[in-house]
Amino acid sequence: MAFLQLEGLGKRYGDIDAVVATHLSVEKGEFVSLLGPSGCGKTTTLQMIAGFVEVSSGRILLDGRDITHAKPASRGLGVVFQSYALFPHMTVKDNVAFGLRMRKVANAELLQRVDRVLKLVRLDRHADRYPRELSGGQRQRVALARALVIEPPVLLLDEPLSNLDANLREEMQFEIRRIQREVGITTLMVTHDQSEALSISDRVVVMQAGRITQIDAPYTLYEHPRTEFISGFVGKANLLAGRRDSAGMVQACSPAEGELTLSLRPEKIDLCEVGSGRLQGTLTSRFFLGSQWLYGVSTRLGELCVVRRNDGSAPLVEGTAVGLDWDPALLRVLSADEVPA
Amino acid sequence: MKLIDAMRRGRQGYLMSAPALALYLGLLVIPLGLTLVLSFNVFDYSSGINGDAYTFEHYTSLLGDPYFYEIFLRTFWISALTTLLCVLIGVPEAYILSRMGAPWRSIFLILILTPLLISVVVRAFGWSLLLGADGLVNQALQAFGGAPVKLLYTPFAVVIALVHVMLPFMIIPVWTSLQKLDPAAEQAALSLGASQFTVIRKVVLPQIMPGVLSGTLIVFGLAASSFAIPGLLGGRRLKMVATLIYDQYLSELNWPMGAAIAVALLLLNLLIMLSWNRMIEGRYKKSLG
Repeated sequence: MAFLQLEGLGKRYGDIDAVVATHLSVEKGEFVSLLGPSGCGKTTTLQMIAGFVEVSSGRILLDGRDITHAKPASRGLGVVFQSYALFPHMTVKDNVAFGLRMRKVANAELLQRVDRVLKLVRLDRHADRYPRELSGGQRQRVALARALVIEPPVLLLDEPLSNLDANLREEMQFEIRRIQREVGITTLMVTHDQSEALSISDRVVVMQAGRITQIDAPYTLYEHPRTEFISGFVGKANLLAGRRDSAGMVQACSPAEGELTLSLRPEKIDLCEVGSGRLQGTLTSRFFLGSQWLYGVSTRLGELCVVRRNDGSAPLVEGTAVGLDWDPALLRVLSADEVPA
Repeated sequence: MKLIDAMRRGRQGYLMSAPALALYLGLLVIPLGLTLVLSFNVFDYSSGINGDAYTFEHYTSLLGDPYFYEIFLRTFWISALTTLLCVLIGVPEAYILSRMGAPWRSIFLILILTPLLISVVVRAFGWSLLLGADGLVNQALQAFGGAPVKLLYTPFAVVIALVHVMLPFMIIPVWTSLQKLDPAAEQAALSLGASQFTVIRKVVLPQIMPGVLSGTLIVFGLAASSFAIPGLLGGRRLKMVATLIYDQYLSELNWPMGAAIAVALLLLNLLIMLSWNRMIEGRYKKSLG
């Protein structure tokens, strides 16, 4: 039996189904991300687990206990909000201590636990500051500390990094993962950022229009996206028409002959001499991404996107004729989207 | 930006704020100064005001007469009670309002504000119709076999009408500070194990204290200097300071005495409001920036 289990969880707002009969099992200590575009129902799902949104159908089980209709206070889950939701009139220490005070923890133990968790998030030197005196990343840590100090069975993170700038976001991703590993807490994170979901989760749950469309480990999800939508939403993808040859191998072909939709990741395409390779094309655009070059190549199969490592050699210029090659085993067959995006 | 900076520094700045300055000087500073001077002028019932002679007589008689003490004291406890009732009614009302759904919130907000469009005098008359000896309330009491109660010309009538008139001035600043609250902070407190009541006491109330403070200052200040309501609902017997000043000016014709009372009211009001502001702000300033 899984630690946190959603059984046919659903939410209706009037005529609109925000979340449709969702099944999900999260194991103890696991870090699971709910990934999807805005309005896909991922935040509603999290809010139902936290108890802020009434459940329309289905059940939520926590460690075998039915908490579907329990009050948020009695669930005892740790929640980190997108806006951090710190109490602006309390110091960092009082913010963190709030949950312990509600639990009537004795003062000596309270101070010790607050101190320990502030050390964990590396904010012990800012204990007496007010939230407005902290930077975005520090506020994020306070929110995390406040949720962790009550030692909740599950940590719920609602878009925890979306208010941070790019550099800090990356730093906090690793920080959240480090803390999660150190505490060993079961964590469910909602995000619309695929790189965030891929980099720190044990498993990623892709949601679309209120439904779960794929659940996999980050690597599997990236390498084997099930549908057209997922292949485009998780990482970049070239969509090609394809068919099976006489040996049963999948091959890319022109859209007219194709009966399958294939996905080919841009970094899996090799650039080679003109005349060699599987396909000929002309470079039409290039973008410099620092560690990589992103090339657009026009071919008879359509416009393809190719990523090359920046190995220090001179980049190709627009208008160059190139050959393209790839390992056909890396072509992925996609199934049609079953939900309207 | 450069233009504005130059205007701020240069003579043009003064020139452009001159109309507002003239209005402020002409309608507030000069009359106040004249009132202050008047309060020191000698008054004689047979010869009237002597603008050339000055005396402290009015202030000493103000300080020496328990009759004035009683009226000042009454004015301040009625104002304080009005303020307290406005807090007790206005703060929950503003909170409920802020939690309402889309169409109802605007409808109720407008409902709260519409009384401001009706003259205070009209509203005071309305209350006197309700509370009079044969008013609606007493008629209802008698219909159920009760004895009529004296309501009009009592502190009760004045306080109830003052609360009615002042409530919007409490609700608006509280409502404004409620708008700045992050609703997720309440959810966070709930998830950390707080009850709804604790959330309001520990999370919502401390954050809206600046709004409550402004509300109390406005309500107390307006109530302590209110004239129409004590005049119409307190009548001749239940005098408050503003009605006392009116009497001094228009019945006694003792303008200097009226001016002295007005100055005393202004100073006392200022003293009470400043120390109140200091007390509350001192407690919340550090935490709320």
